[in-house]
Amino acid sequence: MKYVDEFRNAEIARAVSAEIAAITDPQRHYKLMEVCGGHTHTIYRHGIKDLLPDQIELVHGPGCPVCVLPMGRVDDGIAVAERPEVIFTCFGDMMRVPGSKGNLLEVKAEGADIRMVYSPLDALRIARENPDREVVFYAIGFETTAPSTALTLQRAKTESLENFSVFCNHVTIVPPVRALLDSPDLRLDAFIGPGHVSTVIGCRPYEFMPEDYGKPCVVAGFEPLDLLQSILMLMRQLDEGRCEVENQYSRIVPWEGNLAALKSMAEVFELRPYFEWRGMGFIAQSALKLSDAYADFDAELRYSVPGVRVADPKACQCGEVLKGVLKPWECKVFGTACTPEHPLGTLMVSSEGACAAYYNFGRKSFEKVEVGTKK
Amino acid sequence: MSESEQRVLETLERNRRRPPKFTAPRIDMSHGAGGKATHKLIEGLLLPALENPALTPLGDAAVIPFGNSRIAITTDSFVVRPLVFPGGSIGELAVNGTVNDLAVSGATPLGLSAALIIEEGLETEVLAREIEAMARSAERAGVSVATGDTKVVERGKGDGLYIITTGVGVADRDLNPSSASVRPGDKILCSGTLGDHGAAILIARGDLELEAEVLSDTRPLTPLAQALKDSAGPNLRFMRDPTRGGVGTVLNELARDSGFGVALWEEKLPIRDVVHGACEILGIDPLYVANEGKLLAVVAPEQADAALESLRNTDGGEEAQVIGEVREEPARMVVMHTQFGGTRMIDMLVGDPLPRIC
Repeated sequence: MKYVDEFRNAEIARAVSAEIAAITDPQRHYKLMEVCGGHTHTIYRHGIKDLLPDQIELVHGPGCPVCVLPMGRVDDGIAVAERPEVIFTCFGDMMRVPGSKGNLLEVKAEGADIRMVYSPLDALRIARENPDREVVFYAIGFETTAPSTALTLQRAKTESLENFSVFCNHVTIVPPVRALLDSPDLRLDAFIGPGHVSTVIGCRPYEFMPEDYGKPCVVAGFEPLDLLQSILMLMRQLDEGRCEVENQYSRIVPWEGNLAALKSMAEVFELRPYFEWRGMGFIAQSALKLSDAYADFDAELRYSVPGVRVADPKACQCGEVLKGVLKPWECKVFGTACTPEHPLGTLMVSSEGACAAYYNFGRKSFEKVEVGTKK
Repeated sequence: MSESEQRVLETLERNRRRPPKFTAPRIDMSHGAGGKATHKLIEGLLLPALENPALTPLGDAAVIPFGNSRIAITTDSFVVRPLVFPGGSIGELAVNGTVNDLAVSGATPLGLSAALIIEEGLETEVLAREIEAMARSAERAGVSVATGDTKVVERGKGDGLYIITTGVGVADRDLNPSSASVRPGDKILCSGTLGDHGAAILIARGDLELEAEVLSDTRPLTPLAQALKDSAGPNLRFMRDPTRGGVGTVLNELARDSGFGVALWEEKLPIRDVVHGACEILGIDPLYVANEGKLLAVVAPEQADAALESLRNTDGGEEAQVIGEVREEPARMVVMHTQFGGTRMIDMLVGDPLPRIC
């Protein structure tokens, strides 16, 4: 397939892989964190770990927007979805994220009108087509999806669409990374920066990583060669003793970001003083809410949601696993209270989370798999 | 590996071998998707109550001894929206689906029953067209619709038309394809391109505003199954039609039930560019997308070339490929050699493949 196959070329991959191996210090163990869930997906789907020397370990980061939602926010969403006048719309991968008593798929089975959409604009269309119903869009995602929510709200305001509102769970990428970097027991060497988020915010927001914490960061694209090249760029920085932000994804990511998108976001959103992250606790200024100008469209105000904080079970140690301090099987609740069917922590929610992958495939989830020779 | 890690892994393995319990308070859509949730429903709720020697293997068709021969019996309900889609329609699907469950069990179809659940208000023209489609498909598959039933439900209680078909066939005397016959070294054959049906339905629903020409692959698999029986004989170990849940699900079932590992080669998977493209955009994997006219077979290595040749020489099998093989390790798991040069574990999905946002 054109524009895709070029970035999945096995021959080039072998060459880049050899370059990485050549500058890897056999005596050293490297821990690189890919911040974004999309990168985790690419690493897993194309088997990138098999192309890296044993000394390089990839640690999956906090950047999966559905996995990091705390149970209380899911419960609040469910409370809105259960109202008879409401058509509740959300992205597909939100449907199975567990709240404290169940997920949206189960609430739909109980009779709630929940519809999967591919874009917030689809939710707006549903609102236009159902003037006698209340349509709520459950917005999730980092700066990647926030501009499309902002645009949708601007359009709703222009059209004075009164039966439309947004339940805003947008989060921002820098604060959780800073929270990770702030922890004294952090054992990470460098970061693979999130490409899609950076198309919006640019590369400048990551400059604190090398400047304040001495950790290199390379903003990476999502095809397997993008990731492999980014790992090579990070390894070169570590090898040469450099420490800076580099942009591997320059074909898409402008250094200054997307100013039009940032302007829309600034009009529609404002920072929340704090927000809870599943497995990571409360992080200051890490999420967005609707600004005063858009308060009429704020589902949280319109429906006065219960807002019950459902504390992460004390035994959940996602934070430690994320920081690379613990392995999944060392967590107290792994495989007992926390399983893929009934996940407690963020790393068990997505099938690509470190804990879910280890649960399903054991050591094969991170070690090379021996399956004999290729035909 | 540390002692504590070993202990954790052993506990997981013990839990995995325990018979599943069905604990969901209500049925939700994931229980109908053919993945882990469906398995739990069947093995945790239905099977314990109905358990008997014909049902327990949970094959595509049950085989029941009858005098000197063996009867194969299977049933399937068809709920699809829209009723007519590029490349087929519900009537065609209802006949082919049941014929195919018999064919991949190594049986020769004898006759079908058809039950129609019709929603009040359905246009007669639509119904007549679907019945004609059923007649045409039955003729093509060489089987008759021998009996049937009709019910009409109130408006809003059905998507226009549901069809339930049951098929009876005679099982092959010398052939008993099942996961128990599979051995390490056996080759895995696929009769053609993957994901066409599921992709055609997704696009035909129009929610995606994708414009692409993808036709459903619905067709009777009887000729392809016969070609394999003729070319591989008793070395034909296993056959399945990867419908709901796709190839990823069927191969996981095979790995689990046989106790062996399954290795796939991504570069050998036949996938149309347009299906690949639609899946890329949606963030879903063609390995889990439904097929309605494809056959997966496991054949002993010495017969694999002949079997592949026979598929390719049969109508509907022109694009057949050897896509993988059975191995000792990793036991009970499916692993794929990616085109990029790595390996990837292929898990069974919990429910429907849901589009990703990130």
